[in-house]
Amino acid sequence: MAIKDYIRQRYFPQMWCPGCGHGIILNALLRAVDEMGLDKNNIVMTSGIGCSARISGYVDFHSLHTLHGRALAFATGVKLSKPELTLLVPMGDGDALAIGGNHFIHAARRNIDMTAIVMNNRIYGMTGGQYSPLSGPGKKATTAPYTTIDNDFDVVKLSIAAGASFVARSTAYHVLECIDILKKAIEHKGFSVVEILSQCPTHYGRKNKEGDASQMLEFQKNTTAKLGSKALEQDPTLIPRGVFVDIDAPEYCQEYDRIVERAMKGSQNQIHKFDKTLRDEANQTCPKP
Amino acid sequence: MARLKLKEHVINRDWCKGCGICVHFCPKKVLELDSQEKVVAVRPEDCICCKLCELRCPDLAIEVVTTQTNQAAETDQAAQDE
Ligand SMILES: Cc1ncc(C[n+]2csc(CCOP(=O)(O)OP(=O)(O)O)c2C)c(N)n1
Ligand code: SF4
Ligand code: SF4
Ligand code: SF4
Ligand SMILES: [Mg+2]
Repeated sequence: MAIKDYIRQRYFPQMWCPGCGHGIILNALLRAVDEMGLDKNNIVMTSGIGCSARISGYVDFHSLHTLHGRALAFATGVKLSKPELTLLVPMGDGDALAIGGNHFIHAARRNIDMTAIVMNNRIYGMTGGQYSPLSGPGKKATTAPYTTIDNDFDVVKLSIAAGASFVARSTAYHVLECIDILKKAIEHKGFSVVEILSQCPTHYGRKNKEGDASQMLEFQKNTTAKLGSKALEQDPTLIPRGVFVDIDAPEYCQEYDRIVERAMKGSQNQIHKFDKTLRDEANQTCPKP
Repeated sequence: MARLKLKEHVINRDWCKGCGICVHFCPKKVLELDSQEKVVAVRPEDCICCKLCELRCPDLAIEVVTTQTNQAAETDQAAQDE
């Protein structure tokens, strides 16, 4: 199918600012889905609130635009009731790790089969540029005119510690790598986290003097390096990109099915026992003629 | 690996927001913004069909139509650029 067959064209041009990285992430995700040949009727996208969350309106999949920070909770409900569906859960950095932080770690801990995509622009874009738990220290934001003092989460380390069985990072600049990683993440059976560094030229870029969208993409190129690369070895301050974890681990819906099976067997035995007691009693109280 | 041949750059002027990402990162300087801040292919003969403009466009506004669709050649060329 063509890329245009996976979007709701009536909502284009989309509402993101010129050069917003979220559009590149949408672009990459559509390519990944297309290259995998997934049937759009089998895909459900849930999203919360934020510029990032608007993505669910643009894709022609089943979609739920829900509450800030709760995209994973809604996705969990959908997945448990219909495990055969593919769940895609794009989230902003605030959505995923500020208000939604608890949902995030617990979905990872359960290793439920879905793909969480953290569209990390290091800022609350939608509400006007407040700093987020992924901004990091020394950054300017509406709520930090003299720069932030908060440390940021490392999404990769946090996800691994919480139990995600596939964990990766890329950037909007590295779009081919994004497509490749997204395909692997969607393919993976279990909780997949893909952090994609994104740019918000309107708030983060302007406040932190990172220039226009192209310059912010250059920044992503220059401040990151592939796992195992010479560049990373020589300069450990670079942010590593690539697949950090890809392991087989018990998946939540499958484990739940097994519990259901056990419970059913248990109740079958109970019914057999009960039937036998009834029969025995009947035999005793009603002697055969 | 077959080499891709350019047919045309299909640009959706209603969707293009003139962000300049495609212009900035085109390895052959094929693209420019016009007076209305919409992208145009000014040197199509130089295009190497890497499709990076298409893949990095946040607005799905530019498509590089080629006469062959050989996936291997595409990714090969683009990978060199990264
Ligand atoms: C319960 C609740 N609290 C706060 C808000 C206000 N709010 C809307 S979006 C947002 C943060 C958006 O930042 P992020 O998740 O990083 O997404 P971005 O816009 O940067 O893509 C906040 C705090 C809300 N909508 N609902
Ligand atoms: S405010 Fe920032 S995150 Fe939101 S659409 Fe604009 S550039 Fe993108
Ligand atoms: S990247 Fe897309 S929106 Fe930006 S100038 Fe090029 S065609 Fe227009
Ligand atoms: S396909 Fe590559 S060379 Fe051709 S216009 Fe796009 S970025 Fe430039
Ligand atoms: Mg954000």
